[in-house]
Parts: sequence; structure tokens; C-alpha cells
Amino acid sequence: MNSDIFVWPFNLGLYFILIYSVVRSTIWFRNLSRADKLRLQRGFFGMPFMQSIREIFMESLLHRRIFKKNPVLGYMHMSLAFGWFLLIVFGTIEADFFGERHLNPPSHAIFFRWFNPEHGASGLAAIYGHWMDFLLIFILSGLLLAVVKRFIPGMMGMKKTTRHTWSDRIALISLWLIFPSRLLAESFTCGAHGNGGFLTGNLGAALASFLPAADIAPYFWWLYSLSLGTFFFLLPVTRYFHIPVELLLIFMRNSGITTADRWSAYTEVQTHACSSCGICISVCQMSRAAGINDMQSVYFVKGLRNERDIAAITANCLMCGRCDEVCPVGIELGPLRLIERRQGEREVTKLKFFDRYGLMRRREHIEREPTQSYSYLTPEEEKPADVLFFAGCMTHLTPSVIAAMKKIMDSAGVRYRFMDEQGGVCCGRPLMLAGRDREARELINHNSDIIWKSGAKTLVTSCPICYKVFRESYYLEAEVMHHSEFINLLIEEGSLRPGYLHRRVVYHDPCDLGRGSGIYDEPRAVISYVAELQPVPEERSMSLCCGGSLGNLTLSSGKRSLIAADAARILTQSDPDEVITSCPLCKKTFAKATETRVSDIAELVAAALPKPVRKTRGRASLAAVKTVADG
Amino acid sequence: MSEQKANRFGFAINRSRAINYDTSDRKVREYVTMREPSFRLCFACGGCTATCTAGQHASFNLRRMNTYIRRGEIDSLREEVARCMLCGKCLLVCPRGVNTRNVVATTAEALRKLDRNEL
Repeated sequence: MNSDIFVWPFNLGLYFILIYSVVRSTIWFRNLSRADKLRLQRGFFGMPFMQSIREIFMESLLHRRIFKKNPVLGYMHMSLAFGWFLLIVFGTIEADFFGERHLNPPSHAIFFRWFNPEHGASGLAAIYGHWMDFLLIFILSGLLLAVVKRFIPGMMGMKKTTRHTWSDRIALISLWLIFPSRLLAESFTCGAHGNGGFLTGNLGAALASFLPAADIAPYFWWLYSLSLGTFFFLLPVTRYFHIPVELLLIFMRNSGITTADRWSAYTEVQTHACSSCGICISVCQMSRAAGINDMQSVYFVKGLRNERDIAAITANCLMCGRCDEVCPVGIELGPLRLIERRQGEREVTKLKFFDRYGLMRRREHIEREPTQSYSYLTPEEEKPADVLFFAGCMTHLTPSVIAAMKKIMDSAGVRYRFMDEQGGVCCGRPLMLAGRDREARELINHNSDIIWKSGAKTLVTSCPICYKVFRESYYLEAEVMHHSEFINLLIEEGSLRPGYLHRRVVYHDPCDLGRGSGIYDEPRAVISYVAELQPVPEERSMSLCCGGSLGNLTLSSGKRSLIAADAARILTQSDPDEVITSCPLCKKTFAKATETRVSDIAELVAAALPKPVRKTRGRASLAAVKTVADG
Repeated sequence: MSEQKANRFGFAINRSRAINYDTSDRKVREYVTMREPSFRLCFACGGCTATCTAGQHASFNLRRMNTYIRRGEIDSLREEVARCMLCGKCLLVCPRGVNTRNVVATTAEALRKLDRNEL
């Protein structure tokens, strides 16, 4: 019956992409570890399934996370995804309900108007036609926004849009052509037959008034089918492959599969789930403050996917984690970059065509020899302590923080031992950030040995960088606390009683303490106790990086100061008396970038401590008592 | 008499320590300068060495490493560079804004490439 030859580009494309997606997913599933396979199977037949369905509806169709960031941008994504979804669903219902038989092939629903030109003249079918027209105009409004966004990104809160590869561009053009060509094809057909909804009917009538509508219509049906077919054929090699892969990713994530510390099928699914939306570009401080626009996570993931040389991109990142926070797909961008750094250099040999575009990819890396060796470190002798204080390398550059911590702990009567008073050994995180985990392990073992031998119950550190690695990569019995947590504890239990300083202060969340370790409330509780804490524009999970980050190996000092100046400007917008942070590295970096005084939270609390009763006065009063007694 | 004993009396002839800049191995220097141009800014003040975490435990000296790179003394450089902990304190004290961590990382990379004859 109804099978015009023009449906074939669409049919071939559709069947190709369906088969490709199934094969690809099967291969990914096969490459999962045994435990992950079990997780996914259990996730599929349990509660996580409902969660995934909900997430797919909220994120993949409605794009809730993008809505939160910018309503217009969210609407654009929603209208394209949700609108297209509804068009397919209601198109299928229409073909099923009004067509001459049930269970039609997909092409019948997509080209319904062509096959049933007389349909929808009156009654329920006409009302349904209006509804289908409404869906089409819903998508077209989103498409209009997408076109505008490409040329004026600022309108939707985007600083820049992503630079795309040629295949992405062709796919983009074919995607853009799909809906206008459908509109014109339907309009011409409706115009020729004098029916249609409020959009296609009126437009069709207008066009038919001066054009031979019946003759022109087939061309647009061809265009519609061709653009759909091209889009489907290009899907696997373009960013639009995220549409099917994102569904798989959501199922995997909800089943409890996590990014481990090496490449796996799951990380590959993550790289393919990136939609290259470019939201990570606008939040990246290297883009907005230092004018570096080619190393953001979107380009990292794209390079990873297309097997490009991305050594420079991999190294050039502050690892502040802001892009992780905003990624609408929820790709773990920071951990992926760390894995790539850990892998080291890539094989220089060129990939063969099959390796690059084939279904199976092998990521070859040169086996990495450790470059560093710390055999010179000698084990320290046993020194027992209840509380160990580890200042960390960076804190040794800010002696005022150490002095303040000493004052606080003395005032609270804490019996502590200063672990690295004579200059300790690095915690190992800077090495890990540079991708040298094996070498870092040597330092971790050295420090762990000291901590275990001391028998300490609590390990307090003043540096968020050390704090994160102590918590995540050390195996310790002692409870690890950042000094802001520790001070908060001391205040809460009543052993530390600072006064109130009449200062207006703002708080800067260090990356490794806030986003990295989730410590937001304790420092704020401490500051609110001793001073007036003012809010800042971008705080908590979206706090700014100071620019001094050790995560970036290659960023020049000039660019770093640009980032620091920009962050400091935003922090000091309300003209506070003092900027408070809880990281010695942030303190050092900001001190150079702003006129406002920058202090550590420990310094603030130490300043609020009551002055100890002076001994001379005590002696004088004693003398007074004595004279009175004598008298 | 061994060379060492003779040296004590100051009359033995020391082994030649002449560095011939024309024939020295410049590969590592060029690689590092190309990858990390701020390396040229170093004026050997020694601030990095004074603050160094690794330097408190072993004889690690970024300023000396710098000299080795310039002279092309690869073997000494190899020993020196392996001791760095990449903690980044030197980065903060450097008055010239040299990206010291990357100098160390790039040097290690250059030496690895040198071993594979890729430099």
C-alpha cells in the first residue's frame, strides 16, 4: 500500500541507528566488569529502574537542570527534546487510531499526512490536527531559539557556544532542516487538499493561493525524509549520539556503577553521553577571566571520544569542579580528567581507520614508569599524641595561620602534637593531581606510618588539599578534620569561647573543601559566631576558584592572577572588611589580588579570643591583697 | 696514592669539570623551554630551594636542577628531578612567576622521552 520511495532514506537511517545502538550497548555491557554487570542487571529489575525512568523524563526530556541554570536555554532544550518526543508519540497514536490499520511501521506515522492527505477535514480528526500543529510550533519555537543562540549566545546566559567538528555541523544542519521541512511538506499537502490544523492549514492555504501546492509538496517530503535519514546516519559519529547513550548512562548510574580510577566501559559511555551543550564553557573561570576557550571539559570529552591528542587540554585545568556541578548530563568530568592524567602519554602511532570508527576501541598507553622516588625519606620515631595537627606545605607559607591555630588549641586546652613542625612530607595530592599516583603512594605510606604510630584519635589539618587526600586516599583510624570543622567542634562543646568582632566579612569556599569534600556549613557556623557573615554572589557549590589551584600544571602565573583578580572582585562586591577563607593557598593567592584584607578562618577566630589575663596584673593584685592583709 | 688521598694534600690533578656548551646535550633544555617558556625567567635567586619540602629531607635543589638542565648534565639531572614532591610551594615564592612545578614535570617527561629516543 503506502510505501512511496521517498520514505527510504528515513527508513534506512532509522533501522541503521536502532541496530547500531543495540550492538554498541551490547559491547559496552560485555566490557563492563563482572560486578558492574550484576549491578546493572539488578538495577534493571528493581527500584533503580523507576528512578531511572523518572530521571530520563526529568532530565533527558524536560531538561530540568538546564532550566535551573537559565529558563530560556531550558525551554530551548525542552521544546526540542520533549516536543519531538510528543510529536512521535502522538503521531504514532494518530496513525494507529485514524489510519486504516493498527501497528503501522514508523514511517507511516512520520509521513502520515502524505499517506492520508484527505484526513482531518472535520470532527475529532480536525481537533487532533490542531494539537499536532501545536506540537510542531512548540518544536519550531525551540529551533528558532537554537538558531539565535548559535549567533547570540549571550541571550541564553551562555558566554560561548561549542566549536563543532564537521560531522557535528552537518548533523546540526540536518537537524535544523527536519522541522521546517515537515512544516512546509505538511502545509503544501494540506494546501492542496484544503484541510489541516491552524498552522499547516492556514500556511498551506496561503501558499496554495499562488503556488502549485500539489506539485511542490513531494519535494519537501523528500527533504524531510532525507534530513531525518542524514541525521540518523550521522548520529554515531556526532554529538547527537548522546540521545541514546544518555539513557544508558542514567540506567548505569542509578544501578550504582561508579567511575573508578581507570578507563572502563562506563567511562566510555560517559564520554559518549556528552551533548557538547557548552554549559561547562560559560562556568569555566579560565574562559571568563583568562580568555582560554579551548580546553574546557566539552573539548576534553570530545577529544577523548575522537581519539585526538589532548595532552595539553588534559593538563590545563584548575580541577575546581565547577563544570561537574553544572553538567546537565552529570558526567564526572574531574575524575575523567584525572584518569587521563594518570594514564600518561598516549601512543604516538596513528590509529587505523577501523580503530577510530569501529565498534571496539582499544585505548593504548605507554606503560608508565614512576618518575619520582622518595627512598630518601627515613621513618620517624614513635611519638604518641591524642590530637595530631598537620599544617601542610602551603600552611608553612602562611605562618600566621599556624600561630593562630596554636593560639586556638592552647586556649581550648587541646593536647596536640604538631606533626610537621619541622617541615613534614607532602600529603601526596599534588602528585595525584599531576597523575602520579604511584609516586604519591610512597608519600602516603610515609605519612600514614607517622599517624598510625602516634595512635592519634583526631588528625587536624589546615589545608583543604591535604584534608581531601587524608579522607579519600589514606587508610587511617584517626578522624580527619579540617581546622574549620575542629574549631566548630571546640566552640560547640564549649571549650573555646571567642568573643564577637564587629567586622563584616565574606567567606570564600576553597574548591577542595567545598565541592571537593562537601564542607560548607561548619566554616559558616564558625564565622557567624565571631563576625557578621555576608553572602556573596557565587558561593557554596558554585564558589569560585582562587586561581592558585595545584590542579593546573601548565597555567602561567599571569593567567592565574587574572583569575584571582576576577574572583576577588566578585567576592568583594559588597565591600566587606575582610575576606575569609580556610585554605592557605587561597589566602596567598587572594592577598595579591585584592586590597581587602584576606585572612584564614583560624586567624579570625584567634583575633576574637579574649586576651589572656596578664601575669603582671595578677602579681599586682596579689601584692594588693598582701598589703591589705598586712595593713 | 689514590686520587682522593692525593686531593687531601691539594696536589692531585682533579678530573676535568669543563662544560662545553657547544657540545653539551641541549635536547632537554630545548624541550623544557619550549613547553614551559617561563623557565627562561629564572634568575636563580634560590627562593624555591629555601622553601622546598623535599629539600628538607634530601639534597634537592631546584636552582641546581636549573643549572643541570642548562648545562645538559643528564645523569645528575635524572637523580635530582626524581626527588621533587611537586607540592608547589616554590610556585608561590617565585618572584619571577616561573611555573616551577611544570618545569619539574616537563623535565621528567623530557628524560623519559630521551630514554625512548623520541626527543
